[in-house]
Amino acid sequence: MLSQTADHLFWMARYTERAENTARMLDVNLQTSLLPQSESSAELLWRGILGICELQPQYEARFPALAPRDVLDFMAGDPSNPSSIHSCLNAARENARAVRGTLTTEVWETINSTWLELKVRLRGVETDPSQFFEWVKYRSHLSRGVMIGTMLRDEALYFSRLGTFLERADNTARILDVRYHALADQGAPDTGAEGEDAAGRSIDFYHWAAVLRSVSAFEVYRKVYSNVITPARVAELLILREDMPRSLANCLSEAVTNLASVRNDLSRETERRAGLLQADLHYGRIDAILQQGLHAWLVNFLQRVNDLGDRISRDFLVPLAPT
Amino acid sequence: MNMLQTMAGALYDEMHADGDRGVRAHYRAFQSWLESQSADAIAAKRAEADLIFHRVGITFAVYGDDQGTERLIPFDIIPRIIPAAEWKRLEAGLRQRVKALNRFIHDIYHGQSIVRAGVIPPEQIFCNAQYRPEMQGVDVAGDIYAHVAGIDVVRADDGEFYVLEDNLRVPSGVSYMLENRKMMMRLFPELFARNKVAPVAHYPDLLLEDLRSVAPSGIREPTVAVLTPGMYNAAYFEHAFLAQQMGVELVEGKDLFVDDEQVFMRTTQGPRRVDVIYRRIDDDFLDPLAFRPDSNLGIPGLLSVYRAGRVTLANAIGSGVADDKSVYPYVPEMIKFYLDEKPLLKNVPTWQCRKKEHLAHVLARLHELVVKETHGAGGYGMLIGPAATKAEIETFRARLSARPDNYIAQPTLALSACPTFVESGIAPRHIDLRPFVLSGKNVTIVPGGLTRVALRQGSLVVNSSQGGGTKDTWVLE
Repeated sequence: MLSQTADHLFWMARYTERAENTARMLDVNLQTSLLPQSESSAELLWRGILGICELQPQYEARFPALAPRDVLDFMAGDPSNPSSIHSCLNAARENARAVRGTLTTEVWETINSTWLELKVRLRGVETDPSQFFEWVKYRSHLSRGVMIGTMLRDEALYFSRLGTFLERADNTARILDVRYHALADQGAPDTGAEGEDAAGRSIDFYHWAAVLRSVSAFEVYRKVYSNVITPARVAELLILREDMPRSLANCLSEAVTNLASVRNDLSRETERRAGLLQADLHYGRIDAILQQGLHAWLVNFLQRVNDLGDRISRDFLVPLAPT
Repeated sequence: MNMLQTMAGALYDEMHADGDRGVRAHYRAFQSWLESQSADAIAAKRAEADLIFHRVGITFAVYGDDQGTERLIPFDIIPRIIPAAEWKRLEAGLRQRVKALNRFIHDIYHGQSIVRAGVIPPEQIFCNAQYRPEMQGVDVAGDIYAHVAGIDVVRADDGEFYVLEDNLRVPSGVSYMLENRKMMMRLFPELFARNKVAPVAHYPDLLLEDLRSVAPSGIREPTVAVLTPGMYNAAYFEHAFLAQQMGVELVEGKDLFVDDEQVFMRTTQGPRRVDVIYRRIDDDFLDPLAFRPDSNLGIPGLLSVYRAGRVTLANAIGSGVADDKSVYPYVPEMIKFYLDEKPLLKNVPTWQCRKKEHLAHVLARLHELVVKETHGAGGYGMLIGPAATKAEIETFRARLSARPDNYIAQPTLALSACPTFVESGIAPRHIDLRPFVLSGKNVTIVPGGLTRVALRQGSLVVNSSQGGGTKDTWVLE
């Protein structure tokens, strides 16, 4: 397969996944902001969103103050924001268009229709943002499903899957990082000890439940733990559980498998690093991670995922010409 | 539903015969079907077609238009129908013409016997910007230069077909021929049960076979690739479509490189050799070392590999020397010269403005002629006398007088018309036809081609860049 083609497929999948995760984050913020809380903690929620995406400077350059409505518009339909849902879906579609011959007709038409329909859907953000986010998630499910359901099991699919799981690993880690700290800042414990008072616990419950919902893990949590929601268990579920489809462990395990399927002469070191990271997750324990400090651990994880992305680019996507 | 208007004047109407003779035989089945359809049902089908074209992304970029960088080419659901006997004659003429054109290009880059015999003046060849001295003496696989030719044919008021121009560089439009048929079969399957329409869907197979047949000698399993200028090119959809249909890679210049007298593409598994390149990039941009140095679409060093016969380019570099409008008037003589045959298809009478007596004639009759740039394409830079204002004619006169050798002129043909859906119902609109002729080991033509239609009333310009639409083209078996 052409390196250039693989590159487009990789980014097509990444942008689709990023649009979905942005929709998930915005949706859960919206739900959480409906809870009774102080103005400052509500503001913290919206600041958190910008923090996750590292967009605070761009936002402040455009808007005078932090207003939920503005953050929502900025993150959903603003074409000038490179991480908005609008920009991600556009980038996904442009990447798909560049390799439409490599995609099945169904995959191309799904991604193209999403883009064509977006303009109409964006008008609904004002009145019913949740419905818009549902639609973005739904289109992402559809894109992924139609890829798995129609594409030949070859490099084209493997590079797309690599893009999906690297992006998801990155996004889940960011959600967890920002949420964990937002809550910790409000005095919530970050060790998972179960001795705090009842009032604090109930607020916590809703916040952690929201985090779980943002990665479609609320029911999963109940099923896995059959127990009250604690920050430590949430962290364990999202980091270490390999059977949880949006966990870091699952993302890395998928990345390792797909990487092995596209192996070439240059990729040995990249595979080694991916395998090492996967092993850390596979054999890791949540108390050890929390002891180290979740934030420090996640920062390190994000760096390693980033490194894998760079190495994949170098090995496969834009290899240097022989001189 | 019966909104058909009759043609004014003596134009040739593809569907209705002159006088009281009614609908032509080959349109009767279609006509009775059309009459049985309700206006609502037809409107719904037309809306459905638009929706599908958008979703599939069959769009065309129009140069110089910032608004709609991706526009749909309007599609009309009334097909252009050609009876079998008529097609047979047309096909034989096309075959003959393209054979002669390929012989001509080979001759120009080798012995130049046609020039030495005095049939074509040397300056018409060697002063032509499309003549490539780099190709002199170079042998190409099978002596074929124009592997894919799009020959534009029109029917005039006398009912005869005329060749309007030969497109031998990178003719486009074949994807619309294929997609239009797919759309018609999807919208109106019952029509195909009633009419025996010759299929066209095997075109990509024929193209692949054609390209494989001209691989450099000694290569058994050639690797074929389609070279595109990229996704912002007007015809990108077609490039991607053909690559996909043939199951070959779609590449851009940056995906290819030259090493050790071979062309390679960069793949995820390292370099892979490429043997045949179906290139949809003009000569000028193919190799920055040989042609335009500012081209970032091409592959440095490609020409030297090509000249060494280690890669095939389709169409060949320098093919444009034969499709220039100043060479066009000589095609009938080429047919006699190379094939010793009588031309089966007519040329449109053409005045060559570089000739003094022709120029005088043209300048005196600008208001009734069509004047074209010899190197122009796509309907840009032409004057249609009868449709132009006085001021436009005068502006053009100045340009023409300044550089007469840059222009040719032809009578304004009364192009035949075909009933077409327009805002006010169904009305006749002018059409042309571009059949695609493939030359490799054999010459093959799928029955039909791309029918373009000028949607504005009275307009004779069918180019999609100028607001033209398309129709499905049926050759009845």
